[in-house]
Amino acid sequence: MTGATILLAIFDGVAYAALVFMVAVGLTLIFGVLRILNVAHGSLYAIGAYLTASIGGAIFAMGWSPVLAFPLMLVSAALVGVLLGAPMERLLLRRIYHRPEVLQLLVTFAVFMILEDVQRLVWGNQPYFESSALALLGNVQVFGVYYTVYQLILLPLVAIATLIGLRLFLRRTLTGKLITAVTEDREAAQSIGIDADRVYLLTFVLGAALAGLGGALASPTTSVLPGIGAEMIVLSFAVVATAGLGQIEGAALTALMIGLGRSFAVYLFPELQVLVPYLIMLAVLLIRPEGLFGSPAARKI
Amino acid sequence: MTRTGLLSATILGAALALSAPAAAQDKPESLKIGITTFLTGPASVFGVPARDAAEMLIEQINADGGIGGVPVEASFIDEGAGGEALTTEYRRQVEDEGADVMLAAISSGNCTQLAPLAEDLQVINLMWDCGTQRIFEEGDYTYVFRTQANATPEMLASVLYLLRQKPDFQTIAVVNQDYAWGRDSWDIFSTALKALKPDVEIVGEFFPAFGAPDYSTEISRLSAMRPDVILSTSWGGDLDTFVQQAAQRGLMNQSTFVLPLAESSLERLGTALPDAVIVGARGDHYFQHPEMVGQEGFDSFVADFRDRTGAYPIYSVFHMAQALSALEAAYETAIEQNGVEWPTEEQVIATLEGMEFQGFGRPVTIRADHQGVEAQLLGTTTTDNDLGFASLTDIAIYDGGPLTTPVGENSIEWIEALDPSFVDQVTPTTFD
Amino acid sequence: MSVRLILPALAIVALALVPPLAPFLQVLLTLAMAKGIAVMGVTLLLRAGQVSFGHALFFGIAAYGAAFLAASPLDDLLLLLLAGALGAGIAGVLVGLFVVRYRGIFFGMLNLAFSMIFWSILEKFYYVTGGADGLRLPRPSVAFIEMDRGPYEVLLYYASLLLAIALGWFVVRFLASPVGQLFQTVKTNETRLEYLGVSARRTLLKGYVLSAVLCGVGGVLMAAAQGIVTPSYAYWIRSGEMVFIAVLGGAGSVVGAFAGSIAYELVRSYAAAFAADAWQMVLGGFLLAIILFAPGGLVGIYAAFADRIGARRAKSASKKEAGT
Repeated sequence: MTGATILLAIFDGVAYAALVFMVAVGLTLIFGVLRILNVAHGSLYAIGAYLTASIGGAIFAMGWSPVLAFPLMLVSAALVGVLLGAPMERLLLRRIYHRPEVLQLLVTFAVFMILEDVQRLVWGNQPYFESSALALLGNVQVFGVYYTVYQLILLPLVAIATLIGLRLFLRRTLTGKLITAVTEDREAAQSIGIDADRVYLLTFVLGAALAGLGGALASPTTSVLPGIGAEMIVLSFAVVATAGLGQIEGAALTALMIGLGRSFAVYLFPELQVLVPYLIMLAVLLIRPEGLFGSPAARKI
Repeated sequence: MTRTGLLSATILGAALALSAPAAAQDKPESLKIGITTFLTGPASVFGVPARDAAEMLIEQINADGGIGGVPVEASFIDEGAGGEALTTEYRRQVEDEGADVMLAAISSGNCTQLAPLAEDLQVINLMWDCGTQRIFEEGDYTYVFRTQANATPEMLASVLYLLRQKPDFQTIAVVNQDYAWGRDSWDIFSTALKALKPDVEIVGEFFPAFGAPDYSTEISRLSAMRPDVILSTSWGGDLDTFVQQAAQRGLMNQSTFVLPLAESSLERLGTALPDAVIVGARGDHYFQHPEMVGQEGFDSFVADFRDRTGAYPIYSVFHMAQALSALEAAYETAIEQNGVEWPTEEQVIATLEGMEFQGFGRPVTIRADHQGVEAQLLGTTTTDNDLGFASLTDIAIYDGGPLTTPVGENSIEWIEALDPSFVDQVTPTTFD
Repeated sequence: MSVRLILPALAIVALALVPPLAPFLQVLLTLAMAKGIAVMGVTLLLRAGQVSFGHALFFGIAAYGAAFLAASPLDDLLLLLLAGALGAGIAGVLVGLFVVRYRGIFFGMLNLAFSMIFWSILEKFYYVTGGADGLRLPRPSVAFIEMDRGPYEVLLYYASLLLAIALGWFVVRFLASPVGQLFQTVKTNETRLEYLGVSARRTLLKGYVLSAVLCGVGGVLMAAAQGIVTPSYAYWIRSGEMVFIAVLGGAGSVVGAFAGSIAYELVRSYAAAFAADAWQMVLGGFLLAIILFAPGGLVGIYAAFADRIGARRAKSASKKEAGT
C-alpha cells in the first residue's frame, strides 16, 4: 500500500466508524443502566432511517428546502425515542426487571420480530433512498478521489460531538449524575432515594432516540429497506461487548477499530471484510475478558 | 391440552383429505397453483410486484372463463420465511391442498432446493424467475420446467452488448453481491470476456456482503483504480445503494457501468442513474419494449399493472406473466391435442416439452432439457424528463437460441470454447 | 401414575401414531423434534444459568459436516449422525475451553461471536460452502440401504422420535447424576463449587460439550429432513430461536424443549400459511404473551393445571373420607 492509499483507507474507516459508533452508543447506554441487551435496537435504528427517508422524500417533493433534512433527522430520532422507546420501557420492560436476564432479552427479541413486520406493513418492500442531505454538502477531492463531505467530515464530527456531549451530560448534569449512580450500583442508588424508575425510562428513551438518530444519519448514504436492522444489531452487540459493558468511550474506540479494520481489509484482503468486527471482538475479549474499558465484576459469594 | 386438541383436529383433517379422490381426466372445479415468491426480505422488490401481477393476470384469466373452462386458484408462499417454512408450506400445498402446478422460485437457492422436491412429490414445477444455469445442466428432471432463460444467455448478451457499445475497453472491475448469483454470474461473465476479448485485464473483484449498507471503501478503491468498465450484477436495494453512492462520488463519470439487472431499478433510482449506463433486463423485458409497444395486449397490461400498483412493470413481473402464459398454453394445447375434457399430468408434461408460447416479449421455446429459450434485451440509459427516470436507448435484442448453452453441455465449458469471432456471428436486432 | 405424567405419555403415543394417521404433520414434526433436540442443548445450559446466543454454531457445524460427508461414498444417515455429533462435540470442546471462563452476558456474546464468525465463513467461501445458497444433501442411504422418499421420511420421523426420547432420557439422567448436580450449582453458587475443590470451568465444560453434541444431532436431523444446508443454520436468529423455544416450552425443562418446538413449528407454519406477510409478528406476539403471562412456559401452564386437578382430586378424596 502506498501512503496515499493508506490515507484513503483511513478516511473510509473513520467515516464508517462514526456511523457504527452512533448506532452502538445508544445500546451501550441502555445496557449500562438497565442491564438489558436490547435486540429491538436494530429495529429502532431501521425505523429512524425509514422516518427520515420517507418524510424527507415527501416534503422535498412538495418543494421544501433540502436544508430541512438535518433538523428532520433530529425529529425522527425524537419520534423513535418518545413513540417507541417510552412505551416499550413502560409497558413491557418495566414488568420484567425482576425476571431472569434471558426473559428480558427475549422480550426485546419479540419486539424486534414484531417491529420487523410493522416496518414492512408501514413502508412496504421497496427500498427508500433520500440523499438530499448528502447532495447538499457536496464533495471534496482527496488524491483524485471524491469523498462526500457528509461522510468524511460531518459524520465524524457528529460522532465526536455525541461522545463529548454524553460525557458532559453524564458527569456534569444532575440527571446525568443520577444515571451514572444507577449504572454503578442500582441498589445503593435506590437506597439514597434516587427514583430508579424515572432514570430507567429516561435512559431508555435516550438510548432509543440515539438508535433512531443512527438510522437517520445513515439514511442519506444507503438504501433503507426491510432487514437493515437485523445486520446492524449484531454489529452493535459486538461493539458493546468489546467496549466493556456500558462504556461509552470504549464504544467509540471499538467503533474506530472496527471501521479501520474493515477498510484496511477491503484494500488488503477483501474477503475478510465481514469477519473483522467479530475477530476484533474475540481478540479483545481473549486479552481483556471484561472488554476494553470494563472492570471485573465483584464476585458473588 | 393444546397438543391433543390440535392432534385430534389434524387427524380429522387427515380423514377428510383421504376421502377426496379425483380422476385426472374429469374437469376439476379449479386448477390449483402454488406460487413461491418473496413477500418479505430484500428480494421482495421482485416478489411483491410479481405477486401483484399474478393476482391481476389470474383475475383476468378467470374473468375470461379460466383455463380450458376451469378457474385458476392461486395461493402464495413466502420465500423470505426461510428454508424450512418454504419446504413445509410447499409440501403442504402439494400434498394437502392438492396443488396441480407449482411456480417456484425467485431465488436460485430455493430452486435448487425445490426442484428435487417437486420431482419427489411428482408435481409440475415451473421455475419462473430463478437464474442458476446449474439445475438442468447438473440434473435430469421430469416435472421441472423453466419458462425463461438462465444466467448464461443473460450474461453472454451483456458481454456482447458491452463489446458492441465499447469495443476498445482495456480494464474491468466487478462489484457483485456475495452469494451464488453474484459469484456465478461473474464466473460466466468473466469466462465469456476472456473468450471473446482475451486482452481485457480484470483489475478488481469485490464481493461485498449481501445487503451491505455501505460501499464507500470499494468506491474509494475503484476511484483510485479508474477501470474502463465496472460491472455489477447486483439488484434491489444493494444495486440502488451502490449506484447512488457511486454517482454521488463521481465514479460513474469515470467508468462505464454495466448493470445487467438494472431494468428493475430504473423507476426507483429516478434521476440518480446517469446517462450512458448499460442496462439489462434478464430477458427481453421492458415496459417500452420496441417490438411490443403498440400491441394491444401489451399496452393494456402495462397500463393495468400501473393502475393497480402505481409502478411500471419490471422483469420479475414479465417473468410471472410468462410462466402463467406457459401454464395456460400447456393446458389448452394438451386439451386440444388429446381431445379431452381435461388433460392428465403426463399429457401436460408432454405438451410442455418443446412448446412455444408468448408472454409480453418475444416467443419463448422450452427445449428438450426443459430449459426455456428467451430473447435478451439490453440498452443504454438516457435522461427522460417525461418519465422522471432514465429510459433506454440504443436497444439491442438478441435471440436466445445462439446464446443458450446447447442441451447436455456445461455452460462454463461451452463458453470457454467460444472465440472472438462469435461476436460477429450473433447479430442483434437494434433500435434507436 | 401421577397426573403430571399422563399428558407426556399420551403425547408420545400420539406422536408415534402420526405417520399412519396424520401424514401431513410428519415432516413438520420431524423438524420440530430435530429442533427440540438442539433446544435441549440450550435448555441444559440454562440449568447452569448460562444463556448462549450462538448455539446455532454447533447446529450448523454438524449440518455442514453431514453435507460434506454426504458428498463422499460414506453417504449413510447413521454415519452422518455420528460424524455430525462428533464434529459438534469437537467444536464444543474447542469453543468451550474458551467460553467457560465467562459468565452471563459475556458468555452469551462470545458464543454469538463464534457463531457469527462461522456464519461469515459459510457465506464468504462460496466455492467450498456454496455461499448463501448452501450445500445440497441428497437423500442418504440408511444402514447402506437405499430408500425412496416415502419410507425414508417415515424412517427419519421415527429416528427423530427415538433419538428425542433417548437423548431426553439421557439429559434427565445427566442432570440427576453427581456431575449434573455440580453442573447446576454453577447457576446457584459457583464459589461453593470451588470451595468443594471442584473446577467450575471443567464442570461447565462437560455440560457445554454435551449441549454442543445435542445441537449437532439436531442439526444433522434437520439437514437430513431438509435435503439442504444453508448459512441460516448458523445465523444469530437461529440461535435466538433456540433460546426462544427453550423459554416457550419452559426454561430448564427437558420435556419443555419438545413441547416448545412442536408448538413453535405449528404456530410458525400456520402463521406462514395464513398470514404470509405478518408471520414474524404473530410469533413475536406469541412469545411476548408467554413471557408476560406464563413465564413458566408451556410446561409451567401444564404443571399448574395438573396441580389443580391433583389438588381437586385430593380434596374430593378427603371430603369423602370426612363424610364416612
